[in-house]
Amino acid sequence: MVEHIEASNDVTVTLPRIVERIPTVVVDDAHVIYRVHQGAAAGTSPVAALKRIVSRTSAPNVREVHAVKGVSFTAYRGEAIGLIGSNGSGKSTLLRAIAGLLPVNRGAVYTQGQPSLLGVNAALLNDLPGERNVMLGCLAMGMQPADVARLTPEIIEFSGINERGDFASLPMRTYSSGMAARLRFSIAAAKKHDVLLIDEALATGDKGFRKRSEQRVRELREGAGTVFLVSHQLSSVRDTCERTIWLESGVLRMDGPTDEVLRAYEDFSNNKK
Amino acid sequence: MANTALADPDAGLTQAQLAARYGLRVAGERPSLAEYTRRLWAYRHFIAAYSNAKLVASFSNARLGQLWQVLTPLTNAAVYYLIFGLVLEQKSIPNFIAYLTTGLFIFNFTQTAAQNGTQSITGNLGLIRALHFPRACLPLAAMLTQFQQLIASLVVLVGIVLVTGEPLSVEWLLLIPVVLLQALFNAGLTMAVARMGSKVADLKQVMPFLLRTWMYGSGVLYSVALFEQNLPGWATRIVEANPMLVYIELARHALLEGAPLLNSSMLQAWSYAVGWAVVMGVGGFIYFWRGEQEYGRG
Repeated sequence: MVEHIEASNDVTVTLPRIVERIPTVVVDDAHVIYRVHQGAAAGTSPVAALKRIVSRTSAPNVREVHAVKGVSFTAYRGEAIGLIGSNGSGKSTLLRAIAGLLPVNRGAVYTQGQPSLLGVNAALLNDLPGERNVMLGCLAMGMQPADVARLTPEIIEFSGINERGDFASLPMRTYSSGMAARLRFSIAAAKKHDVLLIDEALATGDKGFRKRSEQRVRELREGAGTVFLVSHQLSSVRDTCERTIWLESGVLRMDGPTDEVLRAYEDFSNNKK
Repeated sequence: MANTALADPDAGLTQAQLAARYGLRVAGERPSLAEYTRRLWAYRHFIAAYSNAKLVASFSNARLGQLWQVLTPLTNAAVYYLIFGLVLEQKSIPNFIAYLTTGLFIFNFTQTAAQNGTQSITGNLGLIRALHFPRACLPLAAMLTQFQQLIASLVVLVGIVLVTGEPLSVEWLLLIPVVLLQALFNAGLTMAVARMGSKVADLKQVMPFLLRTWMYGSGVLYSVALFEQNLPGWATRIVEANPMLVYIELARHALLEGAPLLNSSMLQAWSYAVGWAVVMGVGGFIYFWRGEQEYGRG
């Protein structure tokens, strides 16, 4: 906790234009537990299931995954915060909890306004053409139909799916995985956001698209109060974030200036090898 | 350090106090019922677009495309005509084919809406975990998709009823309030089963049996007079109040001349129809709203 407060103060020093620090996201001892149904795992024969019902024991095929274990921190207006950690350390889960999409089991997450999660997994309907998916995605983000009609050509243009023929009118199941991810990112990035949470979105697509999307994220950052960025590419965290939070196995391991945290994280991952 | 001189006014506050001081809200907090209703109304375009999209997507792999919207009920009616009209000819009910298809199409609306509603949360977890919108949009869109199917079925039904020799009358207009009330009932039902289905995945397996039992209790395939003949009086009173039986009876009463009815007076049937629509519509909505925060967890 002490380390955390010092770290935040250092950030304020590097950003002298912020006189009063206004918190936008306050995470207080948050725990998130997933319940996973394992379907037909071992010991799920009908006889075993019947035995369980008779003896009133709970099913062994429901496992609980404690993804985030008591994380606390405060994010302030004007900050860009990187979230790093190994695979499965709870980064994406934490972002979903901040976005209010996944309820916390214990503790609390307080936010200013409605944070938006900019992910590439906004799965829509694969049987429908790209254009229809753009329309649906925009409406699902709460846009008015007039704005949707105005923005649709821009979004398709930005995604670049029409670079090789008229793909926008083909069903999304005919797209390559990169094209589909590009379109989904373009839909999500079309809206203005208060608190912006970005989940691995910068890694989407080919080089040309990556450049365009980095530019777009920079624009979105300028408009947003606070930006969170989850990424495995440490270079993009270093470029965009001045503060970094390191999660390991659902526990907050370190919170401070990006340079320090990245150095510690790199030492940690090198020692593991 | 530069800002130690500022004397941080927030020092010593707990996280919760800090949040309260700056007026932060709990993330994903459930809005009040009035606010939720208002947000849902703001998302009406999404509901409409999503239900349309689902309808189009369900036929997108078939070569005949949306023609199946009409072909499906038509084929259904042809099969039942073959069995009940030609093979097992029913004499007790005048115009049995029209009697049967009316019951089938009306029941089918509720049946498929409930089936799809059960999966409307579990089947859309990707969307729920990615975007923010009132979750009631999903079961409502599932209901609306089936409502559009019903409209196509009703066109077929009107054709069948006319061909089988029923006269066109003003009473046919009563069909409109009947299906609207049924749609309200179904909206509540899909929201209720959507919440249950999101908690208990097994409901999807149980649903077909529940729905089949319900169908037999609604007098779809045989004369409703059989209930009165075979059941004790109190049990018949219960069957009379069965919402599906009520909606089917009202539709039959509107379209057919000599259809046997179980409810003794039309006033009783209409009050059941309105009562069920309001109770289920409002009750299902409140029940769904109370679980709003939990749907992302899966």
